[in-house]
Amino acid sequence: MIETTSTSALVINLTYVLAAALFIFGLKLLGHPSSARKGNLLSAVGMLLAIVVTMFDKNIVSFEWIAIAILAGSIVGFFAARLVAMTSMPELVSLLNGVGGLASVFVAWSTVESNSQFSAFIMFVTFLALLIGAVTFSGSLVAWAKLSERITGRAVTFKGQVIFNLLLVATIIFGGYLFVAQPEFSPGFSIVLYSLMGLALLFGIMLVLPIGGADMPVVISLLNSYSGLAACAAGFALQNNILIVAGSLVGASGIILTSIMCKAMNRSLSNVLFSGFMPVVESNMVIEGEVKPLSADDAYYVLEAAQSVVVIPGYGMAVAQAQHAMKELQVLLEENGAEVAYAIHPVAGRMPGHMNVLLAEADVSYEQLFEMDEINKRIENFDVAMVIGANDVVNPAAREMKGSPIYGMPVINADLAKNVFVLKRGMASGFAGVDNPLFFKPNCRMVFGDAKETLGSIIRQFAD
Amino acid sequence: MEAIYLLFILLLSIFVGFELIQKVPATLHTPLMSGANAISGITLVGALALAGDDSLGQYAEILGAVAVFLATINVVGGYLVTDRMLAMFKKKK
Repeated sequence: MIETTSTSALVINLTYVLAAALFIFGLKLLGHPSSARKGNLLSAVGMLLAIVVTMFDKNIVSFEWIAIAILAGSIVGFFAARLVAMTSMPELVSLLNGVGGLASVFVAWSTVESNSQFSAFIMFVTFLALLIGAVTFSGSLVAWAKLSERITGRAVTFKGQVIFNLLLVATIIFGGYLFVAQPEFSPGFSIVLYSLMGLALLFGIMLVLPIGGADMPVVISLLNSYSGLAACAAGFALQNNILIVAGSLVGASGIILTSIMCKAMNRSLSNVLFSGFMPVVESNMVIEGEVKPLSADDAYYVLEAAQSVVVIPGYGMAVAQAQHAMKELQVLLEENGAEVAYAIHPVAGRMPGHMNVLLAEADVSYEQLFEMDEINKRIENFDVAMVIGANDVVNPAAREMKGSPIYGMPVINADLAKNVFVLKRGMASGFAGVDNPLFFKPNCRMVFGDAKETLGSIIRQFAD
Repeated sequence: MEAIYLLFILLLSIFVGFELIQKVPATLHTPLMSGANAISGITLVGALALAGDDSLGQYAEILGAVAVFLATINVVGGYLVTDRMLAMFKKKK
């Protein structure tokens, strides 16, 4: 525990104030792509200051364990950050969320195992750090397994799941009561502690299992927020203000992203978390028209004549790794005199901003990426809308078919462009499991096949 | 009283967080998350105080050291990967 009376404690706390200011200023600079890198650096400097100055705390006397742990952690962190492919960013962020949660669990665990007596308030916040941290850890692992397709991306439900979860919550609350009221139960305290950790881990699994792959942007944002809140609770347990400031900044950030993702799907958070339990809505909508396939060669002729092209990427672009091919095609189109814009739906991909990172990797300027509302205003003016591996985010049923499960969700109105090309593997429906009337519209052509190969053959046509 | 003072800090930082994050454009949401991840590695500061304090007992120290290890992954991995992403965001030449 950091003591607060001596001069060194004063220096430590003043440095914490500086670190907090750097975190806040760093986040402020993250408000624009041109200053964001500097912002991240400032935030890192704040972190380094906070860490270094903490070492001067009088109570920290043995450094062997610390040195080993920091060295090992730095190596793991360094390689994780260097080796990850940009397409696997959602998996890495989930894992990092989980590791952050687990760190809070160990802080809380270590706190209660230390030879001291604690007030009920401290025990309560320690319980919260333990609970939120463990839920974040196991929930993030499930999210990671779903994202990397180690387990099915579909919602996993079983009979009696709701009752099971309610019982689980009730047991955790009871366990929390025993935990906080520990003096009377001290002989069995370890049992309470270990069972609580086990139950909290189980709860995290149960929370994420019934959520489908397309809702992962919401889950990742929410777990991101939890990892911050766990740090915040640990801060209360250790009476450490920098943990509270930094933890709540992260918590707030995750909550805002969660709410942006929910709004972009026109759903409430509880609907996202619990819809796996609801019966599937059967819609007997009949979609009229027929699907018209188009070869990549024919797509080339239309693109060659086009003055303006809007590209609408989705998760399929990430799977096919088609971002570099798309950039190549973009350059050719621009040399040919066409304007190229990219329209990014907030929930395209598997995490907030997923598409933007992939396109940035392919060296597409961020000034060419437009948000849904901006592009929808002028989508009629585009000669061609190219939909690459996106489905639900361009589904006009959200606009025109009352009763469709995604009715009311804001979508990119690709169908209003003069021509629509949909690059897609086959006719499978999107993650929402809804048919897409866009494919049946008279101005829509389907270019079947792997997106990267399709783009490659269009590029070859341009070269000839 | 200590708890009340900490709650004040909590309340104010949450408000600051909301104000700041709302201004982050959608294009930077992924680096924002990984950057936030790095910041949540601040648990490291708390973990250090547990891992290095001999008066707490060896068991607590070892648990604290595990927390130091995990939080360091968050800090180092989070900041580096965020920097790697942000370096790719470029304007048109």
